Amino acid sequence: MAPSIEGCAAVRAHLLSKTFGAQFALRNVDLEIQAGEFVTIFGPNGAGKTTLIRILSTLSKATSGDVIVEGQALGKDSDAIRRKIGVIGHQTFLYENLTAEENLKFYARLYRVQNSSDKITELLHDVGLETRRKDQVRTFSRGMQQRLSIARSLLHDPTLLLLDEPYTGLDQHASEMLTSWLTRLRERRQTTLMVTHDLERGVDLADRIAILVRGQVVFNDLRSSVDRSTFRQVYYDLVEKHNRQR
Amino acid sequence: MIHSILTIAAKDFVSELRSKEMLLSMLVFSLMVAVVFNFALPPGSDAITEAAPGILWMIFIFASVLGMNRTFVYEVDKGCLQGLMLAPVERVVIYIGKLLVNFAFIFLVELMVLPLFSIFFKLDFTSQIWPLLFILFVNTLGLAIVGTLFSAISVNTKTREVMLPILQFPVAVPIIMSAVEATSAVLQGQEWSVVWDWSKIGVVFDIVFFVVAFHTFEFVIEE
Repeated sequence: MAPSIEGCAAVRAHLLSKTFGAQFALRNVDLEIQAGEFVTIFGPNGAGKTTLIRILSTLSKATSGDVIVEGQALGKDSDAIRRKIGVIGHQTFLYENLTAEENLKFYARLYRVQNSSDKITELLHDVGLETRRKDQVRTFSRGMQQRLSIARSLLHDPTLLLLDEPYTGLDQHASEMLTSWLTRLRERRQTTLMVTHDLERGVDLADRIAILVRGQVVFNDLRSSVDRSTFRQVYYDLVEKHNRQR
Repeated sequence: MIHSILTIAAKDFVSELRSKEMLLSMLVFSLMVAVVFNFALPPGSDAITEAAPGILWMIFIFASVLGMNRTFVYEVDKGCLQGLMLAPVERVVIYIGKLLVNFAFIFLVELMVLPLFSIFFKLDFTSQIWPLLFILFVNTLGLAIVGTLFSAISVNTKTREVMLPILQFPVAVPIIMSAVEATSAVLQGQEWSVVWDWSKIGVVFDIVFFVVAFHTFEFVIEE
């Protein structure tokens, strides 16, 4: 097992596998995320990153293996687990015909958020969209939609945040804003798992770094043990090595 | 559960009232077919009384397919279905919320088309309006029950626009039979017992297929 920072596990996956027909998307993945930890997983296309996020978020079922999220085994009480997780994907899960406020109200009702009006106002302020709360989402730029998506994912105070390629489609300015938001979440010790292609940003934000290649975890270490300047080369070498073993 | 169903239905209702995609396509199609048949069959003739129930339900069934094709398209194309599936609600809540909205909009279009149909074909529905509304309610509900389920199946296929009618029409034969025969009985001024005898098929269909959809929707919507 890879070295860990102090705390109890928010996510524990043991021998997790997922197949599509004869094809392995994930193969015997062991992964542990401690409470308050920010874990970044890198990997080339088709490595199984999104599949992992889908399984952890209950959208997909594992073929074999055990996963415990926030103390509950996946597949037992999915509703209780869903209540504890927030997901930000490349798609925003927002309705373009509804206003920013209506979108958040809709999700707040589904998650039974108490004092939702106050919470929505607070989150819209935090993501800098307070003045656009009555505007339909169709009038928002991609960056604004992603900021609103962050607010949506945090509405119900999730204990675990899952980010699937959150930088996809964002311009430089929007990416900077997202990074500063994720930095704030990290400082608040929000347990977060992010999968991304963006090596620099992913390394800077992480407490722990893992690399997934062809459905297997081939690297898993604390950020403090990783040399930022050489990590890119380490990543390419590992991906090439494991791709050659096919 | 009811709270979540109404939340999803209200969201779809507001969203549709703003885009009007489903309403407009159903309404325009219905009016177009009614106008075509108005030219084809002389108003007030005996042929009209015999053909009217079939024409009316052909309009409603095809219009409903046009509308229900859109049920999950937006959710899937914009990734919102994942957002719904990540919420701590049972999968069937999504189905019932969508069903309510589909039923409401199809029924609304039917209520708008019915008076125009009456004017076009010089048919007087006023004396039989309550039995007719009952027939519309029962059979439209049946169409919405199977249509909502099948639109969830068809949305993930490559030919989703074509797939819904292919799946729905064979299954909806009992509803079509019940609707056309009961409407025919109403237009011919037959007793309520005759109307009810045909409508029983629709009522049983609604119950059976709602139970089927209730128990299968989770498997339909999962990967």
